[in-house]
Amino acid sequence: MFKNLTVGRALVYAALLLVAIYYLLPLYVMLTTSFKSLDDIRNGNMLALPQAWEGGAWVKAWAEACTGVECGGMKGFFWNSVKMTVPAVLISTLLGAVNGYVVSMWRFKGSDALFTMLLVGCFIPFQVVLLPMAQLLGMMGIANTTTGLVLVHVVYGTAFTTLFFRNFYITVPDELVKAARIDGAGFWTIFGRILLPISGPIFVVCVIWQFTQIWNDFLFGVVFAAGESQPITVALNNLVNTSTGVKEYNVDMAAAIIAALPTLFVYMVAGRYFVRGLTAGAVKG
Amino acid sequence: MAALSINNVYKTYANGTDVLKGIDIAIEDGQFLILVGPSGCGKSTLLNMIAGLDDITSGDIVIGNKRVNDLSPKDRDIAMVFQSYALYPSMTVRENISFGLEIRKVPKAEIDATVNRVAEMLQIKHLLERKPGQMSGGQRQRVAMGRALARNPSIFLFDEPLSNLDAKLRVEMRTEIKLMHQRLKSTIVYVTHDQIEAMTLGDKIAVMKDGIVQQFGSPQDIYDNPANLFVASFIGSPSMNFIPATVVESAGQIGVKVCDDKGCVVLPLPHDKAKLQQWVGKEVIFGIRPEQITDARTAHRDGLPEMSCHIDVIEPTGPDTLVFVSLNNTKVCCRTHPTEAKHPGQSMDLVFDVSKAVLFDPATEARIA
Repeated sequence: MFKNLTVGRALVYAALLLVAIYYLLPLYVMLTTSFKSLDDIRNGNMLALPQAWEGGAWVKAWAEACTGVECGGMKGFFWNSVKMTVPAVLISTLLGAVNGYVVSMWRFKGSDALFTMLLVGCFIPFQVVLLPMAQLLGMMGIANTTTGLVLVHVVYGTAFTTLFFRNFYITVPDELVKAARIDGAGFWTIFGRILLPISGPIFVVCVIWQFTQIWNDFLFGVVFAAGESQPITVALNNLVNTSTGVKEYNVDMAAAIIAALPTLFVYMVAGRYFVRGLTAGAVKG
Repeated sequence: MAALSINNVYKTYANGTDVLKGIDIAIEDGQFLILVGPSGCGKSTLLNMIAGLDDITSGDIVIGNKRVNDLSPKDRDIAMVFQSYALYPSMTVRENISFGLEIRKVPKAEIDATVNRVAEMLQIKHLLERKPGQMSGGQRQRVAMGRALARNPSIFLFDEPLSNLDAKLRVEMRTEIKLMHQRLKSTIVYVTHDQIEAMTLGDKIAVMKDGIVQQFGSPQDIYDNPANLFVASFIGSPSMNFIPATVVESAGQIGVKVCDDKGCVVLPLPHDKAKLQQWVGKEVIFGIRPEQITDARTAHRDGLPEMSCHIDVIEPTGPDTLVFVSLNNTKVCCRTHPTEAKHPGQSMDLVFDVSKAVLFDPATEARIA
C-alpha cells in the first residue's frame, strides 16, 4: 500500500487528513456529548468518549424537551418541517422544470427578459421580502400556517430551480424538440416523453438543493410561522434558549443532530448524483 | 408524394435582418431538390420554413396543392432528418421509429409492421432494442432515416444529414440515399454545404447566397453554365480557374490574352461575337475548369489552342495529376493524365478547351458569355 508513497504524496495525505479531522471534529463532539450524562459533561474532557453511553438525552430531545412553554420535544416540529419541506421541494422543482423547459426550448417574445428577471430573484436577500410577504400571506389568509410557508419557499425557490433546469435544457439540442414537433408531439408530450426521461441528474441536484435550503431555513420559519406550525429549525432555537437553570448540553446536541439528520440522509442517498448532475454536459445522442 | 413550390418567400427577423429575399423554387412530384450554399446563406432557414418550424414573413409555400403557410409542422405531412440525428435519447430505436406513429394514433399492429418493414429496408433490425447512446454515428444516421421513412410523408426534408459522418461513411450513405430515392420516388428537399453531395444527389439544385437563389437548375446545367462568378466558384472541385485577362481582337477573331513569364498566347473564344465585341480592350475574368486545360493525349482533339507553361507544383490524385501553373500572375489548376504530367520546374504543353470556358464582368461578377 505504501509502495508509491513519496514525500510529496505523504504531505498531501497529511494535509487531507488534517482537513478531514478539522471538519469531522465538531460532529464527533456533538455525537459524543449527546450520549454523555450531564455529570460526565461537566467533569470530563470535551474530546473524551462518554464514561457510560446513555440515550436519555435523545429521548428527551425527541419527545420531552421544552421549547418555550410547550414541553413535547422536537417530535411535532420535525413533522412540521417534513410537511413543509416535501411539498415545497416537489412543487418548486416541478415548476422549475417547466419554466426551464419553456425558457430554453420555447423562446417567445420577452422570454429572455423573463429569464433575467427570474435570475434576479436568486439574488434577492430574504430580509427584503419579509414585510411584503407577510402582508400577502395575511391577505390570502394563510399567515402562520404550513401552507403559507410552503408558498413562500416555492416562490423563493422557483428562481433557483428554473435556473438549474434552464441551464440543463440549454445543453439539449433543440433539434430534439423540432423532431418531436414534426412527429406531432405537443408541448406536454415533448416535455413528458422526451425531456423528463433525461432530466434525472438535474432533478437530483434540484431536490438536494431545495431540500437543504428549505429544511435549514430559519428566517422564514421564525417570521411566518407561529407556535404549532413552526419548523424544526425554529424549535431547535427555542429548545436551546429555553433553560430551567441547568444547560442540558446533551439534549441540545441530540436535538441539533435530529434537526440535521434529514439533510444528511438526502445527501447520502442522492449525493453521488449531485456532482454528476452539476457537471452534466451535453446529452449526446 | 407531392410537388413543392416556394413562391416569392421572404424571411425577416424581428431585428430587421433579411435572411431570405424572395425565393422562387418549384419542383415536381418525386424530384430531389438540393439547397446548397455557404453557411449563413439561408438554406437551413428555408428548410425550417418548409417544415413549419419557422414562420414565413411573406410569400407562399405550397405542398401538393395545399398552401401550408399557416399549418403546424405535424399537419404538413413532412418528415425531417436532422444533422445531429435528433434521436430521442431515452427511447430505444424501436420507440424512436414508432413515436410519430403512436402520436398519430396508428393501430399497434400497423406500427409493428411499419417498424419491421423500415428496419429491414435499412438493415437496422438488430439495433431495434438499443438506445441511441449505444450506436455509432452511421447507425444513428440510419435510424434517423428510418424514423422519417416510417411516417411515409409526402415530402422528406434532410438538413445536412451526412456532415457528422466520416468521409468514407458519407460516400456510402450518399449512395444509399440516392438508391432510396430511386426506389421510393419520394419528393426530397436536401440542404447541404457540400457541392459534391449537391451534384451527385440532386435532380434540381438551388445555389443560394445571402438569402437569394443565385441559380436554380439541373446539376449539369449549373456546372456547365454558371450564372455568375459565385456559382462558378462554388460548384466543382477543384474549383474553376479565374484568370484576369484582356479581351483582344485579331484577324477577325476575338480572344483572351494569357501570359506566363516567358510569353503570351491569345486563346480564341468560340462564343457569340456580338456579346464580346463591346469588351474588346477591356479586362474580364476568364473562367475555365481544370479539366479544360490538359495534356494533348487527354484532350484528343485537334485544333485547340496550346501553350507551353512552366510547372510550379503537381498533385497526383491517382486517376489524374493536377498540374499548377501561373498564368497572368494567377495560380491555375490543370487536370492531366498521370503519365503525361511533367515535373515541377519543367515546361509542359497544355491544351485549352475554350468551348466551355466562361467570361465574367470583374465589377459585377455577372456572366458575360
